[in-house]
Amino acid sequence: MLCSRSKTGLVFFPAFDWSISPTHPEREERLLYTQDQVFEEGLLDVEGIMEFKPDLATVQDIRRVHFCAPDEWSVTTESHLISAGGAKTIGIQVMDKRVERGFALVRPPGHHAMRVVHGARGFCNINIEAIMIEYLREAYGINRVAIVDTDCHHGDGTQDIYWHDPDTLFISVHQDGRTLYPGTGFTYDLGGPTAVGSTINIPLPPRTSEEGFLYALDHCILPILEDFKPDIIVNSAGQDNHYSDPITNMCFSAHGYAELTSRLKPDIAVLEGGYSIEGALPYINVGIIMALAGMDFSKVREPDYNPDKIRQSEETTRHIEKVVKEILESREKCPAILEKNRGGKPFAERSKKVFYDTDGILENQKETLRVCPDCGGVLNIDSRTDKGYHIYAVHIPKKACKACQELGYQWFDAADGKKFNRIFLQDRTHDQYLVRKV
Amino acid sequence: MIIGLDVGGTHTDAVLMGKDCILRQSKVPTTPSDLFQCVWRGLEEVTRDIPAGSIRRAVLSTTLTTNAIAEGKLPPTGMIVCGGPGIDPECFRTNEHYFTVSGSIDHRGREVQPVDSTEIEAVASRLRAEGIRHVGVVGKFSTRNPKHELRIQEILGNNFDYIVLGHRVSGNLSFPRRIATAYLNAAVYPVHKRFFQAVRESLDRKGLTIPIYILKADGGTMSLEASLGSPGQTILSGPAASVMGSLPFASEDQDTLVLDIGGTTTDMAVFIGRAPLLDPLGISLGGYKTLIRSLKTHSIGLGGDSTVRVVDGKLKIGPDRQGSAMAYGGPAPTPTDALFVLGKATNGDVEASRRGMLSIAQQLGVSPQEAAGLVFDHACRKILEAAAEMIAEINSKPVYTVHELLEGYQVKPKEILILGGPAPYFAFRLATLTDFQVHVVPQWHVANAIGAAMARSTCEVTLFADTERGIAVAPEEGFFEPVKRDFDIKAASKLAFDLLRKKCIKEGSGEQELDMEVLEELQFNMVRDFYATGRNIRIRVQVKPGLIPEYRDIAETLFNSCPLPGLA
Repeated sequence: MLCSRSKTGLVFFPAFDWSISPTHPEREERLLYTQDQVFEEGLLDVEGIMEFKPDLATVQDIRRVHFCAPDEWSVTTESHLISAGGAKTIGIQVMDKRVERGFALVRPPGHHAMRVVHGARGFCNINIEAIMIEYLREAYGINRVAIVDTDCHHGDGTQDIYWHDPDTLFISVHQDGRTLYPGTGFTYDLGGPTAVGSTINIPLPPRTSEEGFLYALDHCILPILEDFKPDIIVNSAGQDNHYSDPITNMCFSAHGYAELTSRLKPDIAVLEGGYSIEGALPYINVGIIMALAGMDFSKVREPDYNPDKIRQSEETTRHIEKVVKEILESREKCPAILEKNRGGKPFAERSKKVFYDTDGILENQKETLRVCPDCGGVLNIDSRTDKGYHIYAVHIPKKACKACQELGYQWFDAADGKKFNRIFLQDRTHDQYLVRKV
Repeated sequence: MIIGLDVGGTHTDAVLMGKDCILRQSKVPTTPSDLFQCVWRGLEEVTRDIPAGSIRRAVLSTTLTTNAIAEGKLPPTGMIVCGGPGIDPECFRTNEHYFTVSGSIDHRGREVQPVDSTEIEAVASRLRAEGIRHVGVVGKFSTRNPKHELRIQEILGNNFDYIVLGHRVSGNLSFPRRIATAYLNAAVYPVHKRFFQAVRESLDRKGLTIPIYILKADGGTMSLEASLGSPGQTILSGPAASVMGSLPFASEDQDTLVLDIGGTTTDMAVFIGRAPLLDPLGISLGGYKTLIRSLKTHSIGLGGDSTVRVVDGKLKIGPDRQGSAMAYGGPAPTPTDALFVLGKATNGDVEASRRGMLSIAQQLGVSPQEAAGLVFDHACRKILEAAAEMIAEINSKPVYTVHELLEGYQVKPKEILILGGPAPYFAFRLATLTDFQVHVVPQWHVANAIGAAMARSTCEVTLFADTERGIAVAPEEGFFEPVKRDFDIKAASKLAFDLLRKKCIKEGSGEQELDMEVLEELQFNMVRDFYATGRNIRIRVQVKPGLIPEYRDIAETLFNSCPLPGLA
């Protein structure tokens, strides 16, 4: 009988009755052919592969991660709660050791959702990986988490959420931001003042194929993971690096994704993007499931797979080698920069504009971080949209020191009620979330 | 009048039923080495002196194919499998003469790689040379496009007695299960055919040209002729017979748990309203996972004759059976012996039971009377635990739409129906241990044979349409037709019901039995480059398991038996 080598959990939730709009890439049909392929291959009958029904994420789960404006109900649908809940279910199964690793094959995705949520951007409303991770931190007391985002688009939402968290290593490997949405994720983006080096961006040139991805994995991602020593590794398993994806320009394959998964050995994989619903997703997902389960995936391939046709150029290879070298060199400098920051200015500010492309909202954000010598540092965000909605939000990180905790409450209490529509406090030290309505 | 006959592990039960009561019943020992003997004895007993024309039908449920598979006594069978990329089809090897060949079809039913006819011819001549007469042919995604299986069948030509094509055994997806199902169908065919030809001929010799029906694992019946086309459906019909026998007594507006407490095992099933719950995938037996439609049943190794022992100071019952209870001359104490010691059962050797219970009592440090109470309660609790597990498993079945996840039906039985040998004793105790309403199925000792007699035919049709490719496929029916772009879910469901009606009539169902319903209905807009290019439609329709119409009201009268003269 066919057996898996590692016990693998699967949450499969294709949301066959939910779409952003009838012709949107994020529509009912997206995982239809994946379901057909997974069922036809008989993967769910393999000894050691177990399917679980997803739980629903709760409002409390969302409040550990996001500031939803005006509230959680306005920016989510049931489908988002199931998608985040599916990731959470897999996390629970892995932590409870019912399975060794797991895959949440769910939709809609979440890695473009940032800490503040005014609406949907890049098809994402809430960050399903972050919601799972923060739940696991609360329920199981895990500390160090590594997220490896292999979606073709920069995981700017996840990066934003963990920008100031030295205990979360976020590595995004993606198509160069100069050539693709959301246009961010460059090698010099290494994390906030108190967490320099815990964000790593590996922008790859268009037409990167198997060779390039595996080079970045072996020479950059795996050594950094080795060095970081995470309690768990989460893979944001977007599948739009595939050569047939309609909205990107890469040349990765199902076999490549399976190989990457088998070398990365994530504890938890979560589906993100991937819109070649017929030509790529059915085969990539079968490959990823088999790789997680430790099965022989050598015969998994797309009907039109031709490695010669998608092989990357010499120039691409050399470019990738250069990018990797650059990242490793800057990473070596991070401890010194961190040291310098902690002895420098007491507060750091950053301003940014966030465009919610799916909902057509433009947000202006000003973030103030206490550059704390003892912890990641408390931060506040002043955020206003072009629709005129204005919020003030305070985030006290999970391992905040006493001083940062007190400052957080002071900021929250001192915020001018007349100036903002909503004032939020997210106190992760007490797993608390306060809202002041005006 | 109708006949129902059910071959069990220990006894073969037969009934002759009139309009509103049991006219005759018989219980003969099952003869596992030659099932024909006990089947024939059962039939002879209930038909003795009955005028030939007055029997409308006979429904038989046997363990013939089940035993052949469980004991690994299957004749050499050829398997030709084309998988293409994906999991290596070698992993799904069913038997010795198993050949993987080239050819592949993708998930939408498009040909990726054609079949190589010289390769097939070579396999065919090897099979012929080895004297193989029965062959299964299975392709990955053949339910989406049976072209390769049909082509292979064509190449095999008339050189074999029986060829099973994978797309005809089920419309559901699962290549490995399709392989196992096709294999079992091909392998049990000769056994099944030989047996029922013998039954047919023996009845004919007596002038009883009664139509013969066979009970299926899904609780439905099919004509003998139809069964030759899919003999695999007769596998594991035993539990179905008992479940169908309890159906008239299940509550119409709540969920019911059915417990069939036998000698070796207790089998469980669930009714929702009065509809038995079906297994979402198919039978698993003897290491084979199949697509054979079946009732959702769960079996545990705990029955009236299970061995009772003390392990590490704790009671353990089953899963083995060493023989009958000590009260009936068996070698080891059993729950049935506990019933004797407790004074609930009387028609056996109480002293023997007491001796058995004494050894258990000594190990537990209690009196034999107390030990018997503990054994009986332990058995009851084990059964309830297993039932709770089964219900939890049913309710945790994954669903794939937001609607089903939020509104999906949760099974919560409020009543238990019990049948099988020790049913009344268990009913009494279970009622005190749980909040369930507990009822014993009337005529509990032959309810299985009654179930076989009264079961109506069942059928399922799966229809898949892809208007971008312009095709509609109902694989099991061999239906493969072009459709126009305006073909939609309404047209698809009409087509599916038409096909279902035809299939049922062909399999021996009467028009009045056609209680058809939709099992699953999905329509997707296919969008390519932001434009709708077609519809992808999936429909499953069925005639659900139930009772033939004239016996629907039998629950009222079945409490009475009105035996005809001439049978002890």
